[in-house]
Amino acid sequence: MAQFASLTLQQTDAARPIIEAIIADNPGVRVLNMPGAVKLDCDGKLTVNRASVEQRIGRTWDPQEIHLVLISMAGNLDEDDDHFTIAWRH
Amino acid sequence: MSARKLGLKQRYALMTRGLDWETTYQPMEEVYPYDRFEGIKIRDWSEWEDPFRLTMDSYWKFQAEKERKLYAVLDSFAQSNGQTGISDPRYINAIKLFITGVSPLEYQAHRGFAFTGRHLRGVGPRVAAQMQSLDELRHAQTQIHTISHYNKFFNGMAEWPHMHDRVWYLSVPKSFFDDARTAGPFEFMIAIGFAFEYVLTNLLFVPFMSGAAYNGDLATVTFGFSAQSDESRHMTLGIEVIKFLLEQHPDNLPIVQKWVDKWFWRGHRVLGLVAMMMDYMLPKKVMSWKEAWEIYFTEAGGALFQDLARYGLRPPKYADVATAEAEHISHQNWCTFYQYTHAAAFHTWLPTAQEMDWLSEKYPNTFDKYYRPRYEMWAQMEKDGHRFYNMALPQLCTTCQIPMVYTEPGDPTTIAFRQSMYKNERYHFCSDGCKDIFDAEPEKFAQSWLPVHQIFQGNCGGATVPDVLDWYKLKVGEDNLDFGQSPDRKTWDEWQASKSRLAG
Ligand SMILES: [Fe+2]
Ligand SMILES: [Fe+2]
Ligand SMILES: [Zn+2]
Repeated sequence: MAQFASLTLQQTDAARPIIEAIIADNPGVRVLNMPGAVKLDCDGKLTVNRASVEQRIGRTWDPQEIHLVLISMAGNLDEDDDHFTIAWRH
Repeated sequence: MSARKLGLKQRYALMTRGLDWETTYQPMEEVYPYDRFEGIKIRDWSEWEDPFRLTMDSYWKFQAEKERKLYAVLDSFAQSNGQTGISDPRYINAIKLFITGVSPLEYQAHRGFAFTGRHLRGVGPRVAAQMQSLDELRHAQTQIHTISHYNKFFNGMAEWPHMHDRVWYLSVPKSFFDDARTAGPFEFMIAIGFAFEYVLTNLLFVPFMSGAAYNGDLATVTFGFSAQSDESRHMTLGIEVIKFLLEQHPDNLPIVQKWVDKWFWRGHRVLGLVAMMMDYMLPKKVMSWKEAWEIYFTEAGGALFQDLARYGLRPPKYADVATAEAEHISHQNWCTFYQYTHAAAFHTWLPTAQEMDWLSEKYPNTFDKYYRPRYEMWAQMEKDGHRFYNMALPQLCTTCQIPMVYTEPGDPTTIAFRQSMYKNERYHFCSDGCKDIFDAEPEKFAQSWLPVHQIFQGNCGGATVPDVLDWYKLKVGEDNLDFGQSPDRKTWDEWQASKSRLAG
């Protein structure tokens, strides 16, 4: 069975640029829209890049700010200054 | 030129490690008295890796921001009388079940993580458990604050802590947490950190809260997603504990497997209440329980257990039975509450024709065959003036404490009964899963506070149904019975009438 790395974020103004950055940077990502929330699934690995989000919001962005809009996730987490990545394979 | 800023990983290591010491006035064994009796072997606590590198200063900063946002929404919801804008007043009954059945668990989680945050020897998991303890207290508080607004207008919520400790169906979630909190710290971490957070809260807080959004409940969706943003950390901690224990010593595997099996099944039984909330109590539907189970257990749980297979851990025992039950459990639970509506602190109703069509579409294998005919018969009985009430006190499963209403795997018209003898007493169970759990710890479960037994023993206010309801502080004619005749319905109809007068 496929192992999807997955992030669920709120459908809010603060989350929208993050969602856009994920869709742009993770080819093949699947998007499930629910009222109030959006679930993003990708085979094996899913990354949120700091630079991509910053480009969209026009200010500096700390990947830990994702805590403010994060609803759920599946996969092992690697958190650093430049990215927030979840993956099943090591 | 200023000094180069440290990277997150370095910063995190400096802020969280090497702050501990070996005690000298007292032996470490006395300082940490609970981390050995369960048989778990830890070779080196320093091998613990935190997946989220959240230091205390960032933690306070983010949590404060979440609280500010949440309370701004709650305030404007109250100010603009948001309660009048929900999709359908029946929806409020899901909120009643939430405050009486779920919010007290948040408080139990707070207490439980405060305990493990004191009693685990490793500094990494101890800090994570302490943060989680604070999160869970926040969840209890924000839920109480949010729902207190609805309590001003609707019945069934005012006595939630009193009810949680007494009412028959609330003993199901209560006993789940009582069981976890009376276990050792490692079992607690698997029970709550893993089974509850990873398997259960996703199903409760993601599709159900999305349903709250869809039904116009801005207040609940906001506390729900605010809480769930902490749950990502919680479920990650739960998985990290499993991985850590399995990496530390091969002898830990059978113990961990036993806990995974036990708590998966216990969680599955508690989830039956959420299944019913999703399929029956959300007037506007987001997805069926079965669909949610596929996404959050079959898919997300499947990926996880594939990952954990390298440690020798297999998926929980009876996962296949639970998946098959996803076709039935919401229907069997709602049918039970319909029959016992006089003893419930929320209102019940028969699904409308459109709702039944939705259920047929979502449950093509089961709904029309087993459940629609039952609802149609009850609708006919209501029409004839003989609304069906089940006045018999049901036999309860000793483990999950749910009335014995579930059916045999593969045979949905036969009730499942299992039993075990222990010290010359016979104990009854709803399933093989619940029987196995009892058989592994009969000395613990023989002490269960079973609501029906307690009524028969004279410990619940008296021998008649009104005596017991009085003892529950359940107001007959206000909190219980069908929605159609309820004072809640009357309140709602008055709001609608005044709206249409204004629209004129
Ligand atoms: Fe919580
Ligand atoms: Fe939690
Ligand atoms: Zn049971």
